[in-house]
Amino acid sequence: MSDLIFARAQMGFSLAFHIIFAVAGIALPVMMVIAESLWLKTGDETYKTITKRWARGTAVLFAVGAVSGTVLSFELGLLWPEFMKWSGSIIGLPFALEGYAFFTEAIFLGIYLYGWDKVNKSMHLISGWIVAISGALSAVFVVTANAWMNSPTGFKLVGNLPTEIDPIKAMSSPAALPQVLHMLIAAYAAIGLLAAGVHAFMLLRDRQNEFHRRAFGICLALGCTMAVLEPISGDLIAQMVANTQPVKLAALEGQFDTMRGAPLRIGGLPDVEKAETPFSIEIPKLLSFLAHHDFNAEIKGLKEFPREDWPPVLWVHLNFQIMVFCGIIMGLVSMCAGAIYLKTRKLPDHPLFLKAVVAISPLGLLAIESGWMVTELGRQPWVITGILRTSHAVTPMPGLALPFAMFFLVYIILAVVVVVLLIREFSRSADLQVGTAAAPAGEVSDHA
Amino acid sequence: MPDAPLILAIIMMIALNLYAIMGGADYGGGVWDLLAVGKRAKEQRDLIAGAIGPIWEANHVWLILVVVILFSAFPVAFSVVSIALHIPLTLLLLGIIARGTAFTFRKYDSTKDFVQRRWGRIFAVASLITPVLLGIVVGAISEGSVTADVAGKSFDQVYIKPWCNGFCFAVGGFALVLFSFLAAVYSTVFAQTEELKTDFQRRALGAQGACACLALLVFLLSERSAPGLRESLAHSSWSILLQAATAVCAVSSSVALLKRKFHIARFFAAGQVSLILWGWGLAQYPYLIRPDTTINNAQGAASTQTLLIAAIASGAILLFPSFYFLLKVFRHQIDQPISK
Ligand code: HDD
Ligand code: HEM
Ligand code: HEM
Repeated sequence: MSDLIFARAQMGFSLAFHIIFAVAGIALPVMMVIAESLWLKTGDETYKTITKRWARGTAVLFAVGAVSGTVLSFELGLLWPEFMKWSGSIIGLPFALEGYAFFTEAIFLGIYLYGWDKVNKSMHLISGWIVAISGALSAVFVVTANAWMNSPTGFKLVGNLPTEIDPIKAMSSPAALPQVLHMLIAAYAAIGLLAAGVHAFMLLRDRQNEFHRRAFGICLALGCTMAVLEPISGDLIAQMVANTQPVKLAALEGQFDTMRGAPLRIGGLPDVEKAETPFSIEIPKLLSFLAHHDFNAEIKGLKEFPREDWPPVLWVHLNFQIMVFCGIIMGLVSMCAGAIYLKTRKLPDHPLFLKAVVAISPLGLLAIESGWMVTELGRQPWVITGILRTSHAVTPMPGLALPFAMFFLVYIILAVVVVVLLIREFSRSADLQVGTAAAPAGEVSDHA
Repeated sequence: MPDAPLILAIIMMIALNLYAIMGGADYGGGVWDLLAVGKRAKEQRDLIAGAIGPIWEANHVWLILVVVILFSAFPVAFSVVSIALHIPLTLLLLGIIARGTAFTFRKYDSTKDFVQRRWGRIFAVASLITPVLLGIVVGAISEGSVTADVAGKSFDQVYIKPWCNGFCFAVGGFALVLFSFLAAVYSTVFAQTEELKTDFQRRALGAQGACACLALLVFLLSERSAPGLRESLAHSSWSILLQAATAVCAVSSSVALLKRKFHIARFFAAGQVSLILWGWGLAQYPYLIRPDTTINNAQGAASTQTLLIAAIASGAILLFPSFYFLLKVFRHQIDQPISK
């Protein structure tokens, strides 16, 4: 295998690793401050226990997120020096802003974690909110930078080099808003439902456990709302892709021929040699409608573009299918939860429903990973769409297999440790007898 | 009014300075964790963990700031170091990962002693290696053989020679002892008992001695290895002044340590390390990377530089008070495990 492949693989798994901690760093603080607000409002100590639990989780994950993020900022140069030389001054601004968001987050997380007895209650809650907001802002800024790679704007090309650089305009590239929305909602939906799954699992063993009931409620409220919104923002992002990156759209859908009234394909294995996508269920005209809100709109097929500009069609299409599949399931279960709640005004805790939540809990993270594969693989062979090829951006350093192997090993070890630590946290809270004194006896609270 | 590249270079130096006197002490803490001995070994370790605990992630951000300014304001320089110093930078990253995660896992993993010891060992060893690599990188960019022009050159010439030499390792060692010195001095202030204070007083004085030796070694080696840097260190009038000031700080911190005036020692120790860094920075000016990358020929778009300066200035107005607040809340605070 060539050095380029190793560089791409290393970048890919570093990001795939980081994103898990990043989304946890975005969503957990929100759940944590919701629990704390409820504690302050109701005086119910169970909420305080929940808050502290989630704060501990946030702290562990934050540290790994910070470290893996630091690695990424070096890797941009170590692996892609030509890319950074080209675009450093165009997308440096969002990265600098992300640095600030992170700094704010680190400072206030320090105050939040260590300040329970040192700052007053409202200052403590405000610190929590600042952590939550700056976590989201980190994501806004990096995704903005990524959006620019997908739909570059804010400069003039003279020869092969950018001039008249306008970083603000680069930050508001066409892909920025849809990507940012889709990413943030994805983070809340994925982590909300993941945590809901953990608490649902505990509730299946002990239905009356107040700690898990309340925690489950908060997770459901956040996760379900966002999981319903996610396909809507998916529609927005799909239209943006259709308008700005037609090759990517064609690859997403396995669409080889240009046609009006193109069908939406469910499943299927695109075959690049034969230029067709067999084994798929086709819903007539739906793709044209989804992409342009017009059943007869023209969709450009891959054949319209030079062969060497095609992304890896099979992988892009498959990952897209996985994401959409996850999104639909998550959305349906969430609507179900909403319906039960509206009808009974109680926390939905039927064992069947709990089992369903456990079953779908990993889908959010799966969708995030596969969604990013769609974006990143779909952009190939370009780092900057239409401007700089990935093969021209890579470092001249030979022997990239070695750093690849080292980082891979280290990340595997880290992943194992984090999982072990988290499982220990969960199993500890499984035996938790909390809040029994403070909680109103027998009362089933519903805050979903 | 200095121009944008110079302002940004100064901001990078400030960030590097803050990283050295705050993040640097965190590394040094790891060294003393490794060297903790005697019947108070556990107390010494706890003291260090408590001093690092709340703020290591915040301290870490200074390094990120340097990297981000480098690639947004001086993209050419970022690309050059990333290529030629690929190997030490990769090792540096592995060190950063091991250190940060081991420190956190130690805190959140089982409180059993052997588990703690295992994470502590990783944390400490990584704390030892990482500053050396940091120093090696600084040495390499001062020296004059870093190039990204790989055409027709051997692997050795491009990727190994610029950093794998006595001078760079001496600078690495110098960084390590300076950070250890800082950590020991800070610990004399944090320590709650007189015995602990004395433990760290001794360590601080020992480290100060080591700093002097390595400073001399670096200076001697620079004659052959980094003539450009040596030239401006030895022959400009500002340099003499700066070195005199550094010497005053070093003597004052040592005397204050001996007299157990630990707050004063802390002030002068931080001053000493900062002045050494600024001495290097001034001698390096206008180069970012010797021999041919300067703040003027490596700079990116002017519009970005202006915006960066604006962003950093307004961010600083917001963040410095918050950071000060964090430090204030935790001053003299011995760590207690987060309540369960
Ligand atoms: C919980 C996670 C999740 C779920 C349920 C969905 N997505 Fe998604 N999707 C992401 C998480 C995600 C992501 C990981 O966050 C991506 C990667 C890049 C980005 O900005 O968002 C993404 C990218 C992404 C892209 C590619 C954008 C690009 O290349 O720039 C499209 C077209 C869609 N999504 C469309 C959808 C549709 C139509 C969904 C309907 C069910 C959907 N997504 C559900
Ligand atoms: C966290 C979610 C992300 C994941 C899982 C992800 C995944 C990947 C993968 C798999 C690749 C290799 C693609 C290939 O070469 O075939 C890649 C490349 C790359 N990604 Fe991402 N990515 C993410 C977000 C980002 C963001 C936010 C940025 C920048 C702001 C970014 C910048 C890059 C760059 C520069 C490359 C290398 C050049 C290239 O291959 O196009 N990525 N990423
Ligand atoms: C979609 C992709 C990404 C998202 C959503 C994201 C989000 C975040 C978040 C929320 C954090 C805070 C840490 C935490 O709470 O766990 C973080 C940390 C960090 N991220 Fe990312 N990130 C992404 C990709 C990247 C990329 C591509 C880079 C590299 C260039 C990067 C660089 C960093 C850095 C440097 C930190 C730590 C900051 C520090 O130590 O100062 N991130 N990221």
